[in-house]
Amino acid sequence: MSEIATRAAIEAVWRIESTKLIAGLTRLVGDLGMAEDLAQDAMVVAMEKWPESGVPDNPGAWLMAAAKRRALDHFRRSRMLDRKHEDLARRLEDDQRSLEARPDVVLDAGLDDPVGDDVLRLVFMTCHPVLALEARVALTLRLLGNLTTEEIARAFLVPVPTIQQRIVRAKRTLKESKVPFEMPPPSQLGERLESVLGVIYLIFNEGYSATAGEDWVRPELCEDALRLGRILASLAPDESEVHGLVALMELQASRLRARRGPAGEPILLMDQDRSRWDRLLLQRGLDALERAESLRRPLGPYGIQAAIAACHARAGAPEETDWRAIVALYDALAQIAPSPVVELNRAVAIGMAFGPEAGLELVDELAAEPALRGYHWLPSVRGDLLAKLGRTDEARAEFERAAFLTRNLRERELLLGRVRATQDR
Amino acid sequence: MRVMVIVKANEDSERGVLPSQEELAQMGRYNEELVKAGVMLAGEGLASSSEGKRVRFDGKNRAIIDGPFAETKELIAGFWLWQVKSMDEAVEWLKRAPFDGGTEVELRRVFETEDFGDELTPELRAQEDRLRAEVASRTK
Repeated sequence: MSEIATRAAIEAVWRIESTKLIAGLTRLVGDLGMAEDLAQDAMVVAMEKWPESGVPDNPGAWLMAAAKRRALDHFRRSRMLDRKHEDLARRLEDDQRSLEARPDVVLDAGLDDPVGDDVLRLVFMTCHPVLALEARVALTLRLLGNLTTEEIARAFLVPVPTIQQRIVRAKRTLKESKVPFEMPPPSQLGERLESVLGVIYLIFNEGYSATAGEDWVRPELCEDALRLGRILASLAPDESEVHGLVALMELQASRLRARRGPAGEPILLMDQDRSRWDRLLLQRGLDALERAESLRRPLGPYGIQAAIAACHARAGAPEETDWRAIVALYDALAQIAPSPVVELNRAVAIGMAFGPEAGLELVDELAAEPALRGYHWLPSVRGDLLAKLGRTDEARAEFERAAFLTRNLRERELLLGRVRATQDR
Repeated sequence: MRVMVIVKANEDSERGVLPSQEELAQMGRYNEELVKAGVMLAGEGLASSSEGKRVRFDGKNRAIIDGPFAETKELIAGFWLWQVKSMDEAVEWLKRAPFDGGTEVELRRVFETEDFGDELTPELRAQEDRLRAEVASRTK
């Protein structure tokens, strides 16, 4: 193999193996930062050896063995052989011997469930509530999404050193807070799972509806979040909300390519060309929703949002949308996860199901809500309802306000377009 | 990116020989790994071409040809759709598949919308809309 081909192969191996490798090493050495360093050291060794020897048959096991050797060297050299490290060193040595004696046995064991459990423990660690939300996002994308620091920085439009610092600090915080590498106890599982799902959905949303910058969508972030969600669903198959979140993301992602016009301009749901929806993702979303429903009724917040997305997905044309069903789902959502944003969405659905006046009444009630101050969708929705009622001048003022408030350039263009449309009348 | 993984037919698959218990178990494990990595989007195995049909288009004529078809090596025995970061990653996954005996498996990138560029002109889209309206009115 040429050097370039080998390098490409090594990068691909890293992408496939690094999460499992770091998870397994964290279990062994108890420290995430050290585990990542060991994994990278092993990778450096691979880059030296593989171009000559070729990529081994089981590269994951090869990298794990190399990382363990480094760990042993480290513990021996650092003379930190207190009792704890002695135990650790012995365990590593045992592992090493069995690997040399019967590589196949260890390799097979490596493919079984313990690896999945390690990866699951790792997710709970990178999404631990002791970390700030943005640190959880950066660490999860880095260790489970296998994105480089540069890629994460680009995706979130922040300088590379900022992300680097976030990750370094996050690892330090985990160490100082002595966050254990283990599954949360049953009493905390719900809350901890919520944090994991929240991180994944935040990543998805940043890709789906970029809050700032020139692009309206960044599909690659959506793909990364979807992949994380799918992994989680296979690791925690009995959790209804995990399937609910996956369903929600698959259904929303199925509309990604219809959400953008030829010049990159946003196209809203009701104006989308539905023949461009991705049928494969749409079906996967409906299947995941079915799994969520079979595990738990009533559904949790993600499941309900997925059910709403499914109402749209099932409608062949906008006018076939079952708005009354959507209103009922928003009622349920407002009960278990009340928020002004949910109320605003509910108002839109009510406007569609029972006429713009009913919707406007609710939106006006929300106008005083402090949480929605500066939220551009509020004037945007209000403008839409006013326009439907023929109150054109008021509608124009609302669209202008919305255009002023949004930080996304593409959204601003869309809203300014609506301003112009009201002037044409 | 998405890739389609195309598994070519061989004499066994064309004769309708089903995989052994052991082969099925190996493939099951492999599929599980793909799912756990969030790579697998879809995948199916296909019955032999003796159950297949071909339609040949020539002007207004539509000739129906019954299977089986010759040229075994050109036939398809199954496929996957994978979500990966790069073609290299797809190759790396494919290398781990439990195939043997000279089986050839092909990797092809799936077109994304961007690839069509200006092809989807407003007129084309209007045409699509008309088609959709027709289909909808027929199914009602």
